[in-house]
Amino acid sequence: MKLPLLKLEGVNTHIGPYHILYGIDFEVPEGELTMLLGRNGAGKTTTLRTIMGMWKASAGKVIFEGKILSEMTTPQIGNLGIAYVPENKGIFTDLTVRENMVLAARNGAPDSARLDWIFTYMPALKKFWEQPSGLLSGGQKQMLSIARAMVEPRRLLLVDEPSKGLAPAIVQNLVEAFKAMKQAGTTILVVEQNFNFAKSLGDTVVVMDNGKVAHRGTMADLAANEALQHKLLGLSLDSHQ
Amino acid sequence: MLNKLLSWDLPRSKVLAAILLVIFLGLLLTPLAGDKAMGAGAKICIFIILVASFDLLLGYTGILSFAHTMFFGIGAYGVAMISVEPGEHWWALGPGWGSIFLGIIVAVVLSTLIALFISAFSLRVRTMYFAMITLSVSAAVQTLAMRSTEITGGEDGINFTVPDLLSPLYTFADSIELFGQKVEFTGAFIMYYVVFIVALVLFLFVLRIVNSPFGRVLQAIRDNEFRAAAIGYRVVLYRAASSVLGAIIATLAGCMYALFLRYQGPEATMGFGIMMDILFMVVIGGMATIYGAVIGATLMLIAQNYLQDLMKIVQSDVSGIPFVSGLLHPDRWLLWMGILFIIVVYNFPWGIVGKLRMRALGIE
Repeated sequence: MKLPLLKLEGVNTHIGPYHILYGIDFEVPEGELTMLLGRNGAGKTTTLRTIMGMWKASAGKVIFEGKILSEMTTPQIGNLGIAYVPENKGIFTDLTVRENMVLAARNGAPDSARLDWIFTYMPALKKFWEQPSGLLSGGQKQMLSIARAMVEPRRLLLVDEPSKGLAPAIVQNLVEAFKAMKQAGTTILVVEQNFNFAKSLGDTVVVMDNGKVAHRGTMADLAANEALQHKLLGLSLDSHQ
Repeated sequence: MLNKLLSWDLPRSKVLAAILLVIFLGLLLTPLAGDKAMGAGAKICIFIILVASFDLLLGYTGILSFAHTMFFGIGAYGVAMISVEPGEHWWALGPGWGSIFLGIIVAVVLSTLIALFISAFSLRVRTMYFAMITLSVSAAVQTLAMRSTEITGGEDGINFTVPDLLSPLYTFADSIELFGQKVEFTGAFIMYYVVFIVALVLFLFVLRIVNSPFGRVLQAIRDNEFRAAAIGYRVVLYRAASSVLGAIIATLAGCMYALFLRYQGPEATMGFGIMMDILFMVVIGGMATIYGAVIGATLMLIAQNYLQDLMKIVQSDVSGIPFVSGLLHPDRWLLWMGILFIIVVYNFPWGIVGKLRMRALGIE
């Protein structure tokens, strides 16, 4: 296993009176794609939000390249080169596709060669470049949401359920886009419920259940072990395959 | 040139462009139509600015602030308090250009500090709580202004004189007859154009702000706060900056209003009714458009000023019919104003500007 870029050590998170995460420990190896799996309500999204500082960890540490994220604010974390693609897409609907991309590029206008690279995976964005992003279809919005995170080279990309509600053809485009990003050296952590999608992309896997880590290992091992899949993911496999 | 002046944010609808042009020319020529029209015209110019700055907060940043009229009032008090005859108070310097400029500076500094104070304490809370906090602060300041008779003149307010050049008693040319209307070239005429030019400059400035990269970040924050923060924008700072900018522009509008009226009182600028009017104007005109401020303010203020006159004419025509005549009595103008408002909101849920732009795009 490669050296970890991101490390969670005994992370506990409370939202109001509710205790959501109970001592989460896992590592995201540099240059790899880590899949965070688990059924609904397992705490996957809360884990991503805790990494981004939107929920403060009540105990434990989130460490990124030696820096303790759990002591920083969300904008500070964003400025370290961590991009976050939330489940609800979070695009700025009144702004055009171009403006959405420009806002996400923190170092001035987006690089045109990089935009062309993004357009090869997401041609629709080129077509609707000057249109208000609120007029895009659900799949195109998801593409835009991910494209915003690709607009500049990032150290780490956090993506929450990218394949949710998308047509299979678009999911295939997404798979290609993630592979290209990984090849370009981005470390990626993806929360996913669609096991087929996860299987085609993941290097390592972390499975969560009830706010705890239930399994850590390589994706190849989990993909080969059907009994383990059913034990860990039974519910989500039945409903999402 | 025009493109640059409008910050590349054109009306994007021919009908809208035509309406805006008519309003612009109308306001430019208003002083030629007599004193009442001049009063209404100046109020429209000032409210366009006030409403545009409110749109910067509500439409572009997603902040609902009920303290907007408080800043409007601070601007008006700043100019008024400093311009009263010296000797009454230690701060009174008497009428003069120096007093006006000093009054404006003091008011702007005070508004900036209060806006920063409110932002620092409350922009981290949700929209509704922020609205409640601004409502209570502005109610407190209004009560303070009403009760502090010694300082603010209490409910009676402050009458003051302006430099001669801006005074209605000063005449710089012989009066002329135009379409049967006597046009006098007095200081009030000059004052009108001062208001007009300041309003025009501030309007273009607000348009520039919302179309700048800063304005785009504000819209991003309004659309999705978490995502904007995750990209690395410091949401609280941006919101505070928007809040302060809105407050400063409202303060400048207040300064102009007091100068034009040569009077300032709590009800003239800080009343809750004015706050409601501003809210209506933004909604009628169309939120997050800035041009909506022009349409909303003009429509509402013309209705407020002339609906009663119109009803007088209509009523004289139907004076024989008992029920209808009563219904159209000029004293019932507020009822008709309310009905007009409901009709507009029902037919233009995105505001008049929103509707016209959608129609231009072919979306009904």
